[in-house]
Amino acid sequence: MTRVGVLALQGDVREHIHILESLGVEGIPVKKPEELGEVDALVIPGGESTTIGKMAVRFGLLEPLRTAVGEGLPVYGTCAGMILLASAVTDGDQPLIGGLDVVVKRNAFGRQNESFEASLDVLGLAEPFQAVFIRAPWIEKVGSDVDVIAAVDDHPVMVRQDSILASSFHPELTQDGRIHQMLLEMV
Amino acid sequence: MVETGTDRVKRGLAEMLKGGVIMDVVDPDQAKIAEEAGAVAVMALERVPADIRKQGGVARMSDPTMIEGIQAAVTIPVMAKCRIGHFAEALVLQSLGIDYIDESEVLTPADDDNHVDKWAFTTPFVCGARNLGEALRRIGEGAAMIRTKGEAGTGNVVEAVRHMRTVTSEMRAIASMDADQLMAAARDLKAPYELVKEIAETGKLPVVNFAAGGIATPADAALMMGLGVDGVFVGSGIFKSSDPQGYARAIVEATTFWNEPEVVAKVSRGLGEAMPGLEMETLSEAEQLARRGW
Repeated sequence: MTRVGVLALQGDVREHIHILESLGVEGIPVKKPEELGEVDALVIPGGESTTIGKMAVRFGLLEPLRTAVGEGLPVYGTCAGMILLASAVTDGDQPLIGGLDVVVKRNAFGRQNESFEASLDVLGLAEPFQAVFIRAPWIEKVGSDVDVIAAVDDHPVMVRQDSILASSFHPELTQDGRIHQMLLEMV
Repeated sequence: MVETGTDRVKRGLAEMLKGGVIMDVVDPDQAKIAEEAGAVAVMALERVPADIRKQGGVARMSDPTMIEGIQAAVTIPVMAKCRIGHFAEALVLQSLGIDYIDESEVLTPADDDNHVDKWAFTTPFVCGARNLGEALRRIGEGAAMIRTKGEAGTGNVVEAVRHMRTVTSEMRAIASMDADQLMAAARDLKAPYELVKEIAETGKLPVVNFAAGGIATPADAALMMGLGVDGVFVGSGIFKSSDPQGYARAIVEATTFWNEPEVVAKVSRGLGEAMPGLEMETLSEAEQLARRGW
């Protein structure tokens, strides 16, 4: 059975595991470097990106994560996960995994009162996706090898580069497994 | 169509805070220390509960200037407290763009009968609870996140443990009931029937549940995580300790690695004095903040 890790330093790990299991794969929380070697793909969940990044540094996960992503482990980051996969953020100085050639703007849509859900067209999906954005980032700058597959008001909110997939919204807060399926198709 | 303030959006932010620590801070410098330590959010207030307890008097919503100072100092979510039933304070906090409003028993209640109608707000609310009935009444009023009340400002975790164990055992009892017992259970809990029915079906609360009230050490945080909470609030425990930076960081790390005693041991070493603690027996009924709210 395909084994998909969910980085479990902080955030909505359980929701990702539920949706992965509904797609018939095994969802495994990953907290230690050695656990990273046991998975066929990885999800970096929603959460607080500064917390997850700091914990990855303090517990020796940042370099193993960089190596795994660099070696082509299929990875999908949601919201905080997208920030952590970005090569840079527009402001602040926080530890990033990198690998995805984009610059991300944190909390770009605003504070919690501006958090929203909307029906979103995603390239490759026949029907729109009900996307939940929570203090969500958007992508400010996209590298030449990065495909934008969804946008809100011309701001990219979902991208793909080789085996890296990232979205600023949270499919794990819905019952819709189509986006996680895209990750599984890369395995 | 773009929709703000939906249940999914309000409850969703709490989902993103899971496995994390929310810290009470009284100024921008403390907020930066909390963020640097790895807090997932900060609670902006004028006095930490230990000082509210000591100084007495009516405790109210904080000065907007102070809240805005903290909002400007950090990029993580900022929460703030309003008095129970004080919808005008809650509206002020919403207008300030606070990320979560804590309708809190730590402040002096403004209404001794009713809580705020939280459905009417775009900003989500977190509320305290001592048992399942109280948690479900708050969710029924629109709370998007629950926390155990514990006993704030005491540095004594015993009440937080009691409240979490109570919620858990009451949920287990409901999950084992036949459908025809649920209305009587709702009556006994004084809780909305629909929510009792939902718990019977899912075995869990429909919103995220954090621990609060008395967490003072990394091991306290690990204890509460082991009892099944989704994360922890630390009030006086950080900035009333001898080493706020050290305690803040250690409690964050113990919350993530609560099930690895070696890590909890490692982060607990050489931390120095925790905040001074209080025995529950030394508090009169009037001094027990958890009794506020109904």
